[in-house]
Amino acid sequence: MATTTVRGTIAKQKLIWMYETMVLIRRFEEQARREQDSGRLRGTHSAIGQEAVPVGICAHLRDDDFVLGNHRSHHHCIAKGVDVNEMMAELLGKVTGTNRGKGGTMHIADMNKGMLGANGVVGSNIPVATGVGLSARVRKTDQVSVVFFGDGAAQQGSLHESLNLAAIWKLPVLFVCENNRYAESTPFEYSVAGGSVANRAAGYGIPGVTVDGQSVLDMYEVGGEAVRRARAGEGPTLIEAQTYRYFGHYGADNPLGYRTKEEQEFYMAKDCIARMRKHLVENKFATEAELSGIDKKCTDAIVAATKFGVDSPFPKLDELTTDVYIKYP
Amino acid sequence: MTENGATRKLTFVQAINEGIRQEMERDPTVIVMGEDVAGAAGKAHLGFIDHFGGSFGLTKNLIQKFGPERVRDTPISETGFIGAGVGAAATGLRPLVDLMFVGFVGVCGDQIFNNAAKMHYMFGGKVKLPLTIQCQTGAGHGSAAQHSESLYALFTHIPGLKCVVPSDPYTAKGLQIAAIRDDDPVVVFQSITLMGMNFDVNVPEEPYTWPIGKARVAREGKDITLVGIGYTTQVCLQAAGELAKRGHSAEVVDLLSLSPLDEETILGSVRKTRKAVVVDEDYPRCSVASDIAALVGEQAFDVLDAPPKRLTAPHASVPYSPVLEALHVPSKERVVEAALSVLK
Repeated sequence: MATTTVRGTIAKQKLIWMYETMVLIRRFEEQARREQDSGRLRGTHSAIGQEAVPVGICAHLRDDDFVLGNHRSHHHCIAKGVDVNEMMAELLGKVTGTNRGKGGTMHIADMNKGMLGANGVVGSNIPVATGVGLSARVRKTDQVSVVFFGDGAAQQGSLHESLNLAAIWKLPVLFVCENNRYAESTPFEYSVAGGSVANRAAGYGIPGVTVDGQSVLDMYEVGGEAVRRARAGEGPTLIEAQTYRYFGHYGADNPLGYRTKEEQEFYMAKDCIARMRKHLVENKFATEAELSGIDKKCTDAIVAATKFGVDSPFPKLDELTTDVYIKYP
Repeated sequence: MTENGATRKLTFVQAINEGIRQEMERDPTVIVMGEDVAGAAGKAHLGFIDHFGGSFGLTKNLIQKFGPERVRDTPISETGFIGAGVGAAATGLRPLVDLMFVGFVGVCGDQIFNNAAKMHYMFGGKVKLPLTIQCQTGAGHGSAAQHSESLYALFTHIPGLKCVVPSDPYTAKGLQIAAIRDDDPVVVFQSITLMGMNFDVNVPEEPYTWPIGKARVAREGKDITLVGIGYTTQVCLQAAGELAKRGHSAEVVDLLSLSPLDEETILGSVRKTRKAVVVDEDYPRCSVASDIAALVGEQAFDVLDAPPKRLTAPHASVPYSPVLEALHVPSKERVVEAALSVLK
């Protein structure tokens, strides 16, 4: 079975990287919630529960490949290698942030790491990612463009236009739907005709794959094939990663207003980090002690990132009107 | 002038087309995208190629020279291809995307207003977007409400976009090249009426730019300033000729750039003439005309002999019936009338 083959060949180093990156994301997001509760930060969209989706895909990417995100994108940024110090500083509105404090949680970008930005408008980055794929094609590189969007964005017309364009032009784009089951509070079952995002790929004549988004190994496998196709000039892939967001849509939103405790427990029992930890220990890639060491390293990194962010200065006030243009007039 | 000293005349369309072609020759990262920018996509092997060259011929003959990789016919997907222009611009290309009629912004405003305009700022200056969006504007062609607008104000309002409006073939080529070379997103408004006019204007063959952010004095005068935008510059020039016959010397300021706005040239002229009429074929509320009237009122109040006057389209969509449509666009007669009311 393909699954065993691919999994059996993942280098230990890569497995550890995937575990560590998921833990780093979770620690970052936990800290972001703390900062929000303390009032230093004005609310974020938590990605806790969804870590495996970008980690499994980004494990195949190079720095010169591009990732484009959405309003809930801290996990995409960290998986693509963006520095957590600069991210935390950005969340706190500091000049040392990835975007000099001008973007905040919903717009984190780092061109050097190929993170072409989170984006606060649902579905908005999908066409942009298609253009990144077009650019790679016209410039004759084998770069890949990956866009992450939610089940909510999958109901935007921008996805239709972009899938069609990418398909007719065979662009190197991965369209990755993180189906976390809720668009704000609107359930997937209510809003998605046909009951599947991935099935829609058939209409464009491209592969559509449904995958357990709470399994980083499954994500890695599906991502590997999609990235291979893209680099080989075989065109785009639509991936529907079925996942779950553990917290509310935003800030203090209480999800128990639209879903049951039992449902939450069902998905949380399939936690991506716990499962990967189990996999690593059972298959003797790492000991519990080694993994606890990684956990501590991640905690320390986030403590340091928070200190960096808190200690950093705010932008100078004249930055209000800089960077509107490169040159004006 | 040509070598023998004759004027090298091009139409508005030819001048734009030449500017695009020369930039594509100079810079291999320049690509063109839009609906029917060539036409008959994918059927070259059957002998069908370049059926349209853009709905107005602005991109005619480019696909033969540069091929379908760089001259891309798109499906009718403005959100898709303008968004793709943004992504391509952010990653090493210099795309020119053709929105066609400016009113189509209604289906892709998100990509223009939320992405193209904002990415440089919200990423702290760390991405550049050398994107040019061209669109076609203006009433007078029997196309009614959705295909006849100007909408300058809508784009000029947004920080992060530059907006330019050529008024004749010379400025059309210079601004087209300047827009493509610019590292910020630039919107070029191309008047359909200007495409059908004859001009006795020299268009140099070699590539040149008209600096974005610079207005020009299209006609010098001392009694009153008429401010024009694109096609209305031509209307102002005609009106200035008429006013001269009646003994009034009108200066015509041709804005050419709405963002950045050349305040110095506008105010310099008004300080000289002490009177201003702004002529704008866009709707009146929150318009460029209102913006300039406010500028003149705030910055030159002390020298004004009369309040600045705005002559614009009415606060109404563009009608179909020719008798009504003719009233929508500022005419020479109405500019003369407005000028005389200020002069008296």
